[in-house]
Amino acid sequence: MTDADLRAAVPQVLSALVRRGAEFAAAEDAVQEALVEGLRTWAADPPRDVRAWLVTVAWRRYLDAVRSDVARQRREDIPPPEPVEVPGRDDSLQLYFLCAHPSLTPSSAVALTLRAVGGLTTRQIAEAYLVPEATMAQRISRAKRTISGERLDAPGDVGTVLRTLYLVFNEGYGGDVDLVAEAVRLTRQLHQAYDHPEVAGLMALMLLHAARRPARFSSSGALVPLASQDRSRWDTRLIAEGVSVLQAALAADRLGEYQAQAAIAALHCDAASAAETDWVQVVEWYDELVALTGSPVARLNRAVAVGEADGPLAGLTALADLDPGLPRWAAVAAYLHAAAGDTATAADLYTQAARAATNTAERDHLQREAARLRGATPPGGG
Amino acid sequence: MAKYLMLKHYRGAPAATVDVPFDRWTPAEFGAHVQYMRDFADRLRDSGEFVAEAALAPEGTWVRFDGEGRPPVTDGPFAETKDLIAGWMIIDVDSYDRALELAGELSAAPGEGGKPIGEWLELRPLMSEPPTITE
Repeated sequence: MTDADLRAAVPQVLSALVRRGAEFAAAEDAVQEALVEGLRTWAADPPRDVRAWLVTVAWRRYLDAVRSDVARQRREDIPPPEPVEVPGRDDSLQLYFLCAHPSLTPSSAVALTLRAVGGLTTRQIAEAYLVPEATMAQRISRAKRTISGERLDAPGDVGTVLRTLYLVFNEGYGGDVDLVAEAVRLTRQLHQAYDHPEVAGLMALMLLHAARRPARFSSSGALVPLASQDRSRWDTRLIAEGVSVLQAALAADRLGEYQAQAAIAALHCDAASAAETDWVQVVEWYDELVALTGSPVARLNRAVAVGEADGPLAGLTALADLDPGLPRWAAVAAYLHAAAGDTATAADLYTQAARAATNTAERDHLQREAARLRGATPPGGG
Repeated sequence: MAKYLMLKHYRGAPAATVDVPFDRWTPAEFGAHVQYMRDFADRLRDSGEFVAEAALAPEGTWVRFDGEGRPPVTDGPFAETKDLIAGWMIIDVDSYDRALELAGELSAAPGEGGKPIGEWLELRPLMSEPPTITE
């Protein structure tokens, strides 16, 4: 029994309690308590049927909480809910929609999804996002209040579910939880339960980026850009799975932004080196992505791809239409000017880009590039 | 989701809207000011946006390395140092606009005559972790 097996049972247990008539917010608290108790006691004495154990303990906690509420409110005429027969149906899938409900802010949806669907403890979620546990507990309980009027069986919005999972994959600090692995696990679970081309698209996107993680940082912790990565360290098993999930999704002929992004990632994963990448196809996929989203970030990345496909001057022309105030604009301009041989301009732009960086790994990389172009010896190599 | 640092200055910030020094407030005005700051932090705890806060003593020491095997050199405090931080609070919010809204609220803490001070706060983003998806 691994931690992930244990967490996989959580949404089923929660959905069983709600099916028995428990109110969502209180049921979720009870499942969390049962989970924490399980984590504390199982090392010595693991139960044979984890799900049944969790349902029993969570239900008992739920009844205790209801009874003490009732006592507190002196409403003795309201009987606590009696257990009803649990139907075979599993509402785990509906939990994804509820926990990423459009009425929630992105950070609330992330926190609630990680707890109620992911089975993480409040403490783990707090550590993963570097906030105090009390703050995270408040965020989760407010999120539950926000959705308290929503029904678990109402049809949901897959768009906010995908955005929430994307955020878990893309942003966060970690603590003792690997958020990337957690996002992959939750998306895989969703993908298995819900046949939708964009769910598959996000699954493929995650797998294809997770595959490159071992090569993203040097042994000294420096960010290694895609072009310089040691591609022999990419995880070929994840790439194969990502490509196959993507191909099946594209066959449905209902293109969306995650499928387009995954297609770009697949072209990178398919190339033995940056130079051997099919940049013309990469540009075509960016055209699709821009048409689908109109995203300025996609246009910016497209300019890089144009620079590789048609030469740096073409890339600079593509860049000329874009707002220099965009995040990473200066970094892209610096890269294209360097490729075009204008070292001095590129160095200035790298310095400007380093000042605008929003994380230290990127800032350090951009500073190293500036130093390299100025002919200085960069600390730790370029 | 992004973290921001809100910096309060003893010195170095532009003049506040109601620029009356602490020592000319009545005890009741001072009490109301302190209560406002406490309530503000409590509201952020309740909304799940609070990370940390601290107040700093007004006087500190400058320290630097002075060569292997030698004790560090200390100096100061320097009265002429332009910038002097009084305290800070870190928030974790969904957007830059939300951070601005909260900084504006904190800057409205009451001072002399119970009027909002309109103190200038410095809002600085914290560096995040690099995103997993970069292209």
